[in-house]
Amino acid sequence: MNIPFVKLSAAIAVGLLSLNATAADVRFPVDMPKPKEGQLVHVPPTMDDLEKSQLHPELKRVIRRGHDLFMNTQQLRGKNVFNNMNCSSCHMGEGRLPFAGPVWPAAVTLPDFRPKNNHVNNLEERIAGCFSYSMNGTPPAYGSDDMLALSAYHQWLAKGVEMYPSAPIYGRGYPKLNDPQQKPDYKRGKQVYEAKCSLCHSNDGSGLVQNGKVVFPAVWGDNSYNWGAGIARTFTLAAFVKHNMPLGQRGTLSDQEAWDVAYYIDTQERPQDPRYTGNVKETRAKYDATFHKATNYGLTVNGKLLGDHDNTGSKPFLKPEALKPRTFTAE
Amino acid sequence: MKKLLTPLAFAMALGAASAAQALEGDAKAGQQAAAVCTSCHQPDGGGMNIAGGQSWPRLAGLDADYLYKQLRDIKAGSRQSPVMMPFVSMLNEQQMRDVAVYYSQLPATAGKGGEQASAEDLAHGEKLATVGDWERYIVPCQSCHGPGNLGVGGQFPALAGQHAGYIADQLRAWKNGTRDNDPLHLMLAIAERMDEKDIRAVSQWLSRQPAK
Ligand code: HEC
Ligand code: HEC
Ligand code: HEC
Ligand code: HEC
Repeated sequence: MNIPFVKLSAAIAVGLLSLNATAADVRFPVDMPKPKEGQLVHVPPTMDDLEKSQLHPELKRVIRRGHDLFMNTQQLRGKNVFNNMNCSSCHMGEGRLPFAGPVWPAAVTLPDFRPKNNHVNNLEERIAGCFSYSMNGTPPAYGSDDMLALSAYHQWLAKGVEMYPSAPIYGRGYPKLNDPQQKPDYKRGKQVYEAKCSLCHSNDGSGLVQNGKVVFPAVWGDNSYNWGAGIARTFTLAAFVKHNMPLGQRGTLSDQEAWDVAYYIDTQERPQDPRYTGNVKETRAKYDATFHKATNYGLTVNGKLLGDHDNTGSKPFLKPEALKPRTFTAE
Repeated sequence: MKKLLTPLAFAMALGAASAAQALEGDAKAGQQAAAVCTSCHQPDGGGMNIAGGQSWPRLAGLDADYLYKQLRDIKAGSRQSPVMMPFVSMLNEQQMRDVAVYYSQLPATAGKGGEQASAEDLAHGEKLATVGDWERYIVPCQSCHGPGNLGVGGQFPALAGQHAGYIADQLRAWKNGTRDNDPLHLMLAIAERMDEKDIRAVSQWLSRQPAK
C-alpha cells in the first residue's frame, strides 16, 4: 500500500504549488490550480533522487539515458525525429509538471484500450504514438535500447504510485478549459499570437534555430508536429497554451485568448497526418469521431482546404511501420 | 560616413524573425563615442566585477540590437540607472547605434566574480541555468538565453561569461522594480521567483561559463 506516500506527496505538492500564490508583491503569481478533493497527487522523483536511490547502477544508467533522450530528443534527428521537437517541448519540466502533460500517468494506467488506434496499448506503444505524430517521426524499435531507456524513465517518474489508480490524477495531460464564450476567431487569435508568442515562435510559426540548435520549437510548418498529433486538436492546444505559455507566465492568458490563439495556430499548415489515405476529406471522415472532429484538418478556412497536400515535412516517408492495427487473438 | 552592418552571417543565424533588422551603425564612429565609456566598461569592453559595489557589465561581444535597446531604455527611464544616465544623455540616436555596433564586434572577454563560489552554490546555479526549478516555476535560463546561455538574437542577451556581480544586480533590479524594460516581462516573471541564494548561485555559475 502506498497511501501514506501519496498523502505525503500531496502535502508537499500543495505546499510547493501555492508558494507564490500568496506572495502579494509578486506581479506574475504562479497560481497553479489546487488539487480537487479525492484527486491523486504525485510529485515524481527527480534525477537527484535517482542518484541517491538504491536501484541497480545499470538501471540508473538506463534511466539517465531515458531522461537525456526525453530532454534532448533532437539527438535522434533524422533517425526517429523529423521536426524541431524534444519530448520536453510539450511535456515541460522534465515530464514531471502537472498541467504540462506529465508523462508518469501512462506508466500506471497502461496497458489500456486507446480509442485513437482502437486496441489495447502498452507504454512503449504510447511513446511510439508521440514519436509518430508529435515528433513527426518513427519510434525506436520496441524493446530497443532507446525505447527501454525512455520507458524506464517514465516508470521511474511514477515511483510509489499504485497501478491502475481509481482516483482521477491531478494535472494529468493538459486539463480542458471551459468552452469558449465566443467562437474561437482567427483574427483575434492572430493578434494574441503576434503580441505574445511571435517574439519566440516567430511570425511564420517556425520558431528559432540558432547555430543548428533548436531554441524555440516550431508551432506550425514543416518542422512542427503533424496533423495527426494530439495537440493539433484545438481544445488540447488551447489548454496547453493556457497552462504553459507564454513561457514562464502560465495562466496569464484568458480562456478566450487561449482558444483564439489555438484556433489560429491550428489553421496553419503542417506535415500530413501519417494515416492519410491520399484524400484529405476521406481521411478526416475516417478519423472524425475519434480525432479530427476537434481539428481543422480537411476543413476550408479562409478559402483554403487544410491538409490537402503530400507534404510530410522533412520526413522521407508518410507512415511509420509501428502504426499497425492490432487484433488481439490469444485464446 | 561609411555605414557598416552587423555581420550578415550573424543576422542570418537568427532566422527569419530578426534577419531583416540588423542594426545599422558605424563601429569606427562608435569607438570614438565610446571614449568616455572606457573608464568603467574598459578599453576592451570587458567591464569589471566589483565585489561589494556596483559592477560594470561586459559589453564586448553582446548583441548590437540588445545593447542599443538598453541604451534607449536607460534614456527613457524604463531601466533606471543613475550611473549610466549622464553617459547615455551624451549620445544621440546615431551614436547609440554606433557604440552598440562597436561593442558587439569586440571579442567577448571572461566573466569574473565566481572564483570563490562554493561547490554547493555552483551545483545549484548550474541546475537553475540548465534544468530550472519547475516546482517554483523558475524556467531554466537557457530556455530563453539559448544553448550555453550564449544569447539569442537581439532579445535574449548572453549571460555566460558576464560578471557575477552584474548579473546579481540585474536580478535584484527586476525584483525591486528599477529595471522594468523586458519584453512581455518575461524576465521579471522569473526574477521575482528567485531568492538571494538562487541569485548568488546562478550568477556565480554563469560568470564562470565560456563566453563563446
Ligand atoms: C507537440 C507536442 C508533444 C510532443 C513533442 C510530445 N508529446 Fe507526448 N503527448 C502530447 C499530447 C497532446 C498528449 C496527450 C495529452 C492528453 O491526454 O491530453 C501526450 C501524451 C503523452 C503520454 C501519455 C501521458 C498520459 O497522461 O497518459 C506519454 C507517455 C507521452 N506523451 C510521451 C511522449 C514522449 C516520450 C515524447 C517524445 C518522444 C513526447 N510525448 C512528445 C504532446 C506531445
Ligand atoms: C519566451 C519565449 C516563448 C514565448 C513568448 C512563447 N513560447 Fe511557446 N514555447 C517556448 C519554448 C522554449 C517551448 C518549449 C518548452 C520547453 O522547452 O520547456 C515552447 C513550446 C510551445 C508549444 C509546444 C511545442 C510546439 O512548438 O508546438 C506551443 C504550442 C507553444 N509554445 C505555443 C505558444 C503560444 C501560443 C505562445 C503565446 C501565447 C507562446 N508559445 C509563447 C517559448 C516561448
Ligand atoms: C561610471 C561608470 C560607467 C560609465 C562611464 C559608463 N557606464 Fe555603462 N554601465 C555602467 C553600469 C554600472 C551599468 C549597469 C547599469 C544598471 O543597471 O544600473 C552599465 C550598463 C550599461 C549598458 C547595459 C548593458 C547590458 O548588458 O544590459 C550599456 C549598453 C552601457 N552601459 C553602455 C555604456 C556606454 C555606451 C557608455 C559611454 C557612453 C557607458 N556605458 C558609460 C557604468 C558605466
Ligand atoms: C522566459 C524567458 C526568460 C527566462 C527563462 C530567463 N530570462 Fe533572463 N532575460 C529575458 C529577457 C527577455 C531579457 C532581456 C530584457 C531586456 O530586453 O532588457 C533577459 C535579461 C536578463 C539579464 C540582463 C542581462 C544584461 O546584460 O543586462 C539577466 C542578468 C538575466 N536575464 C538573467 C536570467 C537568469 C539568471 C535566468 C535563469 C534563472 C533567466 N534570465 C531566465 C528572458 C528570460
